[in-house]
Amino acid sequence: MKQIKTLKTKNLCESAKNGGCGECQTSCQSACKTSCGIANQKCENK
Amino acid sequence: MIHCYQLDGINVVLDVYSGAIHIVDDATYDIISMYESLPKEEIKSRILEKYRTDPEVTPEEIDACFDSIESLKQSGQLFTEDTYEKLAPKLKERSEGIVKALCLHVAHTCNLNCSYCFASQGKYHGERALMSFEVGKQALDFLVAHSGTRHNLEVDFFGGEPLMNFDVVKKLVAYARSIEQAAHKNFRFTLTTNGMLIDDEVIDFANRECSNVVLSLDGRKSVHDRFRVDYAGHGSFDRIVPKFQKLVAARGGKNYYMRGTFTHANPDFLEDIKTMLDLGFTELSMEPVVAKESDPAALTKEDLPIVLKQYEDLARLMRQRRREGRPFTFYHYMLDLEGGPCVYKRLSGCGSGTEYMAVTPWGDLYPCHQFVGEERFKLGDVFNGVTNTKVRDEFAACNVYTRPECQNCWAKLYCSGGCAANAYHATGSVNGTYKYGCELFKKRMECAILLEAEKQLEDEDS
Repeated sequence: MKQIKTLKTKNLCESAKNGGCGECQTSCQSACKTSCGIANQKCENK
Repeated sequence: MIHCYQLDGINVVLDVYSGAIHIVDDATYDIISMYESLPKEEIKSRILEKYRTDPEVTPEEIDACFDSIESLKQSGQLFTEDTYEKLAPKLKERSEGIVKALCLHVAHTCNLNCSYCFASQGKYHGERALMSFEVGKQALDFLVAHSGTRHNLEVDFFGGEPLMNFDVVKKLVAYARSIEQAAHKNFRFTLTTNGMLIDDEVIDFANRECSNVVLSLDGRKSVHDRFRVDYAGHGSFDRIVPKFQKLVAARGGKNYYMRGTFTHANPDFLEDIKTMLDLGFTELSMEPVVAKESDPAALTKEDLPIVLKQYEDLARLMRQRRREGRPFTFYHYMLDLEGGPCVYKRLSGCGSGTEYMAVTPWGDLYPCHQFVGEERFKLGDVFNGVTNTKVRDEFAACNVYTRPECQNCWAKLYCSGGCAANAYHATGSVNGTYKYGCELFKKRMECAILLEAEKQLEDEDS
């Protein structure tokens, strides 16, 4: 069995410690204008 | 909470609250799916029975698999508990009173007459009007004055068709540039246009000043010209495509989106995406129409399986083109697994009605462009600020945890509870959920995660 391959991802629990600066783009403002997806936004606080 | 799904021979396990993603073999997929609901010995016997012809699936291997699962659980990457409820209102509490993005409706009029337009041909169910420079300037001053410590301020020129008021757009950008340094701000302008009035001056302006341009094209000529017609009823495809091609060629790699709308007339929208690619565009967005159920353009229950299949086929096309060295971008499949938004953003929603507002040609403020014309949602105006605090507070209180139907949904940290306007129009409440949209969204996220997973795995292999 090859079992489990864990991808590189942002740890959301960790992001609770330093996140929330509010600088990231407003969700649908400059693209779709008709739905809310936040997963495709860039973090501005790296 | 976990979400397990299988697509194109890949088994994906998403740990919702940590954001961890695991690619697993078939037996491990089954073990994880049963892990929290059945005792270990029961799982073991079921797995040995199901995989009795597979020499790799042995009792020892299953034990090792259990150890791996337990180890991931201990390290907070599997079956992570939900500890976010108290954090959900925090970002909006911290940002109370801060506005950082405006959608400027510089033209409540349009030179096209698209029957599916959610803005009723740009009029938003009201009078035709153009925003004056004075109103726009006041809107920019209002934005700067209420932006607190936010550095990046977003302004979208929207309509109707904003280029019908291009002189004011240019003056507003010049005014914003004249004040941004002293105010320690960075304006990011975007322009959403149907393309009819694009000329060399517009191209120079958009490529110099706009961090993004959104160009409306529905795909195939027959599809585009079905709805996107002028007032004489003539399709606009042949007039706008060369203008879009010229603008994009001159853009020098800066962001743009070719944005289409698909309707009941073309649930097979992948064909429209292929048309966009054939025309040379690579940054693509294709949105389901926003329409009342009674509208003949509205997507139907029968369209749903067709649309879901299109999203899967779109992922396959993207994979194929990436491997061929001809990649393209689909807005809803953009997913930065390592650097996406923090959990506060994921919990708090899009910001409509709080940090983001729409401004009418008269300077009235609404929670977002999709609420313009709904009098109940008028927040105030750019001269007197937000006076309807009841509506502002309603939006400020909105987050993932205020929507009961989101509680058990695995995708909630990807949509942050969904679009308030879609929810309101579907259910009468901004805290409702637009279930049809949820089905589409979840499929898009499954496809997006799969594509990102494949990229990571292929990068490692190479």
